[in-house]
Amino acid sequence: MSTSKKYPKIIVTAIFFALLLFTFFASRDHSFRTHMRSSSDQKAAAQKTFGFYLEPVNEAAKILFRHTAPEVDPKLRHIKMQIASMGAAVSICDFDNDGWNDIYFTNSAPESKNALYHNLHNGEFEDVAGRMQLADVNTKDAGVSMGAVWCDYDNDGFKDMLLYKWGKPELFKNVGGEKFERVTEGSGLPSWVNANSAIWFDFNNDGLTDIFIGGYYNEAFHLDSLNTTKIMPESFRYANNGGRNFLLKNTGNGKFEDVTTRYGLTSTKWTLAAAAADFTGDGYPELYIANDYNVDEFYVNKKGEKFEEKGREAGIGHIPKSGMNASLGDIVNEGKIGVYTTNITEKGVLIQGNNYWQPRTEQSSAQPSFVNLAGISGIENAGWSYGAQFADLNNDGYMDLYVANGFISAKQNTSYWYDYSKVTGGNSAIIGDAKNWPDMEGKSQSGYEQDKIWLNNPDGLFEDVSGKVCPPATYDGRAVAIADLWNRGVLDVIVANQNNIPTVYKNNSENGNHWIAFDLQGTVSNADAIGARVEVEWDGKKQAQVVTGGMGFSSQNQHRLQFGIGKSNEIDQVTIYWPSGRVDKIRNPEINKLHVIKETTKTNK
Amino acid sequence: MQQEKRIKNESQSSALSQWLKKNFQYVPPAFITLILLVGQFTFGMLENFTSLVAAIVTSVLAEIILARVVLGTRKNLASAYITGISVGILIRSNMVWPYIATSLLSILSKYVFRYKDRHIWNPSNFGISWMLALYSVNVAGLSIQWGSNLLAVSVIWGLGLIIVNRAKRLHVTVTYVLSFIILAYVRCLITGDAFLAELSPLTGPMYQLFIFFMITDPPTSVSTKKGRIIVAILVAVTEFILRLNDLIYAPFFALFLVGPVAKYFDLKRNAATIPTLKKTERIPA
Repeated sequence: MSTSKKYPKIIVTAIFFALLLFTFFASRDHSFRTHMRSSSDQKAAAQKTFGFYLEPVNEAAKILFRHTAPEVDPKLRHIKMQIASMGAAVSICDFDNDGWNDIYFTNSAPESKNALYHNLHNGEFEDVAGRMQLADVNTKDAGVSMGAVWCDYDNDGFKDMLLYKWGKPELFKNVGGEKFERVTEGSGLPSWVNANSAIWFDFNNDGLTDIFIGGYYNEAFHLDSLNTTKIMPESFRYANNGGRNFLLKNTGNGKFEDVTTRYGLTSTKWTLAAAAADFTGDGYPELYIANDYNVDEFYVNKKGEKFEEKGREAGIGHIPKSGMNASLGDIVNEGKIGVYTTNITEKGVLIQGNNYWQPRTEQSSAQPSFVNLAGISGIENAGWSYGAQFADLNNDGYMDLYVANGFISAKQNTSYWYDYSKVTGGNSAIIGDAKNWPDMEGKSQSGYEQDKIWLNNPDGLFEDVSGKVCPPATYDGRAVAIADLWNRGVLDVIVANQNNIPTVYKNNSENGNHWIAFDLQGTVSNADAIGARVEVEWDGKKQAQVVTGGMGFSSQNQHRLQFGIGKSNEIDQVTIYWPSGRVDKIRNPEINKLHVIKETTKTNK
Repeated sequence: MQQEKRIKNESQSSALSQWLKKNFQYVPPAFITLILLVGQFTFGMLENFTSLVAAIVTSVLAEIILARVVLGTRKNLASAYITGISVGILIRSNMVWPYIATSLLSILSKYVFRYKDRHIWNPSNFGISWMLALYSVNVAGLSIQWGSNLLAVSVIWGLGLIIVNRAKRLHVTVTYVLSFIILAYVRCLITGDAFLAELSPLTGPMYQLFIFFMITDPPTSVSTKKGRIIVAILVAVTEFILRLNDLIYAPFFALFLVGPVAKYFDLKRNAATIPTLKKTERIPA
């Protein structure tokens, strides 16, 4: 070989091997199965570095609930772990108006009992579900629980409960905080929905909260007694053969009218989550729907008279993923509320990534447009994610993020991913029939994954502190709820885990940061003020939050809204936009205090 | 009148045939572009165009530069285009750098791994296999399917078969597909899974790109028809073994392992008289 040819060849070879090395090392930096050790030093180190530590306190709080999975038809036994992989849900509600948050967990095996943990104000909880008649709700005939959301739908001052199931949804009326009455019959709720999501929201701002229930499996199927195995999604990315959704308009007197078709929510995608907030500035809430096996949907509310699906126009409806969560949060303190949706990331197999859809248009735009900031914010790859919630865990003024991870933790060091990939990459006739799905044989799939906790830093980037601010959390997390359980001005985290105990984290916060919280009560608007938007301005920052009737995955946060403000001693102004259109402004409110605010009858500036 | 019409039709057909023969090198790139367009406009198979453009531009630029620097020649860029577009379709990442790296590795491999002045690895197969084998959080393979639209699948299979037939590589595709089906049946007997589950991957777009573009690639396939049939069977058998070991990207890895070895022995055997493929037969990849 001549010298003139030899040197270029050597250089090219060197570049080639350097690139091999670069790609090798660039691929070694991530694991969702972090094995961490809890140590006595961890708590002190976390408090010193991050200002908080999440300590599991199930036993101390006397929360002994354990979730059990639903039963499935014997024809699905070979993939039972896939099918029966949801149902662990958690919602927060102060059902007796004593000013302390209570917790409701759903169970999913027939004859299993749901639990309502009443807050005893002394750090302990008592399960009063039996006494309140909210425990024995899971039966073969009526279906099994998948989640619950609370709302004072009859504006009597006490929060009632909607229980959604793989079965008949149920409505329970709260009678003075002393007991619940089942008022499903005659209420207009559908006879059967295989639902994994529901929210309360007042879509027409008439002061009566309405219901959205998202269908997952087609409602024709009772999953524990099937006469077919053709129940699976027709595609991993383009499936339209899921359950129908239900939009139920509250007409008063405990009646709900099915207006789904009239309002244009006719999609039959596989819905797993929903969240509602006003993104157009017209006062009416839009509806974000996260779908498994297809694109998410974004329904623009046309003055409470109909919805128009504008997902593609909004930028969120182009790439089909595995939407499993929809939670709202303002991560940059610009008063822009975005939507965080979770999907699947499995190393080398499926890289979907989670999304954070931040509005890029002004709130007054009739056609909102979103940009996905998950990648550049560092909150994209979590694992097989389900529920997620934003919360300022250290009250530093920036909303942090908790993401529940892990699909099926069965036999250690096994994986169903190869078997899964065989059918999910195939034609609809194959994937759509459960009998073609390989036997799981007890294998795990994205199991033993660590829940993600991302700390929002002032530079706009989130820092992964999962291994640092709590002991290992590798249950199969599903629903996440945020609440100040002990009225301390810090936000605690409750995670419902599939087939396991929940994790009740007490937030041990030692940072000297300040906070403010608001509990809104509507007078003209619906009693729970669902849809109200609160903007807190301090130190040149403006953070917005919205009162919801459920968001995330199968979950509902506390009703009150809490804002951390860091070391600031003063808040400049708080603006409350009520669903009725009224606007209240509060200047220099007292900090480190929960403000219970009743909607004024005329605008207060 | 009818005869005139027939003569005119025959003449037109002959002209088309001549044109195709003369310009066949552009047919495979056009076909893979068609697959991309069908996939994109019916299902939105690409997550963004930036990554695809990055893969193609990297591939083409690398080919121009390396051909000039290493070989001192100019090369037809159809091959590099197909490599780039294959990488853009078959790799999935939330970042752009894996597309650039995969394309660059693919083209570089052509100039690094050479025997008897011929490259022995299919370029895109090398780059994609390497990146997938890293088992990274940044890179995965194409995991989608053509939804329930049988028309799109039929069009792609129909056109694909016509083109590989034209390129005199139909026997490779048919041998591999038949081997896959037979071995899928054997696998279902071993694993106890449904036959359709074992057959299922063949219905996805990943395999369509594999059987029409990678395994048929003339520059890296062996010189005799019998040899190519044997290699196709060996690839299917290797894939069969890898599948029994739960490797999702078994076809890429199988070709990665079998292809270069076969090419090496073929070149060695024919060292004295390396057959030059007709330009019109090439499906560059």
